[in-house]
Amino acid sequence: MTQLVTQTVPVLDPNDTRPLLQIRDLEVGFKTQYGVVPAVRGVSLTLYAGQTLAIVGESGSGKTTTAQAVINLLAGTGQVTAGQILFEGRDLTALTPKEMENVRGSQIGYVPQDPMSNLNPVWNIGFQVEEAIKANSDLRGKDLRARTIEVLKEAGLSDAQDRLKQFPHQFSGGMRQRVLIGIGLSSRPKLLIADEPTSALDVTVQRQILDHLGTLTRDYGTSVLFITHDLGLAAERAEQLVVMYKGKIVESGPSKEILANPQHPYTQRLVAAAPSLASKRIQAKKHDEAAEIYSAGGTDTALIDRAAIREEQAPTRDLITVEGVSKLYRIRTKGLKYTELLAVNDVSFGIKKGTTSAIVGESGSGKSTVAKLILQLETLTSGRIEFDGRDVAGLTGKELLKFRRRVQPVFQDPYGSLDPQYNVGNTIAEPLLAHKIGTSRERQARVLELLDQVSLPAATQFRYPSELSGGQRQRIAIARALALKPDVLVLDEAVSALDVLVQGQILNLLTELQTELELTYLFITHDLAVVRLVADNVCVMQKGRIVEAASTDDVFDNPQQAYTQELLAAIPGGDFEFGGK
Amino acid sequence: MLWYTGKRLLQMIPVFFGATFLIYFMVFSLPGDPIAALYGDRPVSPGVIAQIRAEYNLDKPLIEQYLLYIGGFFQGDLGTTFSGRAVSDVMASAFPITARLAMLALFFEAVAGILVGLVAGLRKGKLFDASALVVSLLLISVPTFVIGFVLQYVFGVQLGLFRTTVSGSAPLDELIMPALVLASVSFAYIVRLTRASVSDNLGADFVRTATAKGLSRPRVVTVHVLRNSLVPVVTFLGVDIGSLMVGAIVTEGIFNINGVGGTVYDAIQLGEGPTVVSFIAVMVVIFVVANLFVDLLYAALDPRIRYAK
Repeated sequence: MTQLVTQTVPVLDPNDTRPLLQIRDLEVGFKTQYGVVPAVRGVSLTLYAGQTLAIVGESGSGKTTTAQAVINLLAGTGQVTAGQILFEGRDLTALTPKEMENVRGSQIGYVPQDPMSNLNPVWNIGFQVEEAIKANSDLRGKDLRARTIEVLKEAGLSDAQDRLKQFPHQFSGGMRQRVLIGIGLSSRPKLLIADEPTSALDVTVQRQILDHLGTLTRDYGTSVLFITHDLGLAAERAEQLVVMYKGKIVESGPSKEILANPQHPYTQRLVAAAPSLASKRIQAKKHDEAAEIYSAGGTDTALIDRAAIREEQAPTRDLITVEGVSKLYRIRTKGLKYTELLAVNDVSFGIKKGTTSAIVGESGSGKSTVAKLILQLETLTSGRIEFDGRDVAGLTGKELLKFRRRVQPVFQDPYGSLDPQYNVGNTIAEPLLAHKIGTSRERQARVLELLDQVSLPAATQFRYPSELSGGQRQRIAIARALALKPDVLVLDEAVSALDVLVQGQILNLLTELQTELELTYLFITHDLAVVRLVADNVCVMQKGRIVEAASTDDVFDNPQQAYTQELLAAIPGGDFEFGGK
Repeated sequence: MLWYTGKRLLQMIPVFFGATFLIYFMVFSLPGDPIAALYGDRPVSPGVIAQIRAEYNLDKPLIEQYLLYIGGFFQGDLGTTFSGRAVSDVMASAFPITARLAMLALFFEAVAGILVGLVAGLRKGKLFDASALVVSLLLISVPTFVIGFVLQYVFGVQLGLFRTTVSGSAPLDELIMPALVLASVSFAYIVRLTRASVSDNLGADFVRTATAKGLSRPRVVTVHVLRNSLVPVVTFLGVDIGSLMVGAIVTEGIFNINGVGGTVYDAIQLGEGPTVVSFIAVMVVIFVVANLFVDLLYAALDPRIRYAK
């Protein structure tokens, strides 16, 4: 396998061998009413000028806390309890708040994770960039304005001049992230901390932005401390890798070495779980459990066998037929004027019973709208959707309820789609109650059965969403969807918000349930790596149209359309050889 | 923006007619005969009563009475009180006093409330925050008239710092103490609202980003925390303009101020329909205009509202 290396080349000053950033035995704790809970436990790492170092780990591993400790931006009650953070030889933990202000921005830049929440919604973009420059330089008036435009142009906003007066909500996620990168680099800091700078973005946008960030930091000789949960991304973008687990560093060294030959069991699991394109099916070992995808790494040939059998057995008639479906939105622009947006344009496909189909595309491609149309949450503009041989458009009353019982959704955000005031048992029982199924006792029994199906202990029914992890919540969302014994699950980015390991578990669970309950899945996702693992058929959508539709293998091994090829190429770490299998 | 304002202005029309009709209907369905009450125990000839009834349109059906009243309202004729004084005269003397009192109270509660709330939100869990919470709870739970009488007694009678009653023309300096009393409850609510909003926003991602830019703490707080925290506070202030006008009844009573509250109270007692309805109609207009103003202020504070459909 050839390696396409696009990472930054370090511009090392041969005379300067002092590390830029040196963290020594750092410990960070969060004060709670039960005492101090440690989040970072004895972390040491060294970053030299011009280098890029990535900290990898799942959520809760302490990677973000470590990064935030460097510029003293710990959330809530967090504080450094021991250790040193030496920046150019100066201990940052000993600085006064005033001294720290002078380090932030000008010496150490910061690019945060979520572009949606990291710009103040009430100030325009120009103002927010300007104040960053103003805080760290003597530029004022016209010079300041000129520099603001320059910074935004460097960050890749070519029409910066016209957009200064616009507000964050008028920018797309990718553009906001460019603004944040611009702010982070505006004062040419020696060190840039990039905390999951692209996790919230589509793969293609992610690639553009990271390429751009790579170019900028290389040109300025900026060192980068890169925080990510994505191993492929880390390997592609950083020469040094630090793997964190439960607040400790379990492994560190050059990226490629770690990927090729992970030593620590946790790293091995992480490498194995990375749903990269490189984890080809050929490399996978065979397992007894047909549905096990992740437990020992890679996809299973057993899974493929199963798919093959399923294909043979599959009924010729489609369970869901989508025919020439279009959806037109009218968007009010100004006053009484409207513009029209064709979100879905003449889309046709079919889904056979017991199979998994995936619709992939970037945000704005119309994939979620298709899901809403099938779920009857939006009305069709034109076309026809048939479910089990019946036209579902315009179903009302009882008929619609019946349809809803058979087609259930699972949504992306496991934090937002569960009612925080409802305990788990009530949440799962709610659809049963809504459809007036069974007595109170029968519903109770069904809740326990469902919890068992999604591998959660029975006691979970008395707990509340806030007490559960993201993975557990998504299991509950699945249990709720299964409560009515549906035929079809529409999974709208159902695993996108989860860590790789948890993602693996949920995909495992879904595959098991599919065999057990003969479910049909429609996956809506932007993540091609996930598609490869679970889908039988793939539709690739772009700008409201299906540009390519074929079996998963065909799409991945022999993509016909340029757009599909582009999507495949944009997957981070797609060309790396992953070891530890 | 123009469209938004226009829409809000159009919405005022049904609100105005609905509210005035409802009040008119309620006042005229009050038990008791206002004319008979006017004369107390003295015997009155039925002819005189009929004449007075005709004069005040009381002999006509409700709808007709209302339409006649509204017709006059738009021509500037608000009718007369039973004592023969033009309602517009009564208004001209009462409204400025209450408006002055309410505006002064609004000023106190907004400035002090936001300031105390901001500091409490920034120092959540510390002594200042705890004291602010206790004081605000006290102000909310103790009735206004108790606070009024206590302040009047301590500062007016014992310490002699201000006149215990307000003179007829109600100059601004004499209104300070009544305004403080009137503002007390709303002040407490504003402290709590601001505090919650500030402590919410302090944890926002964009505040962390602002700090990471290298901005000073005061700038982060004023530019990125305060403005974002003001939206719920402004909503409250808008609604409060109305309740300050109405709530002034108690305060005006304590400090003997000849404002709207007392006048409306007396008019209700007498069953003086035109007076009650006219005063309340004006209050409805003030209320609706204040809410429109709040909505516009929203848009100024939050661009997402400005550009929404």
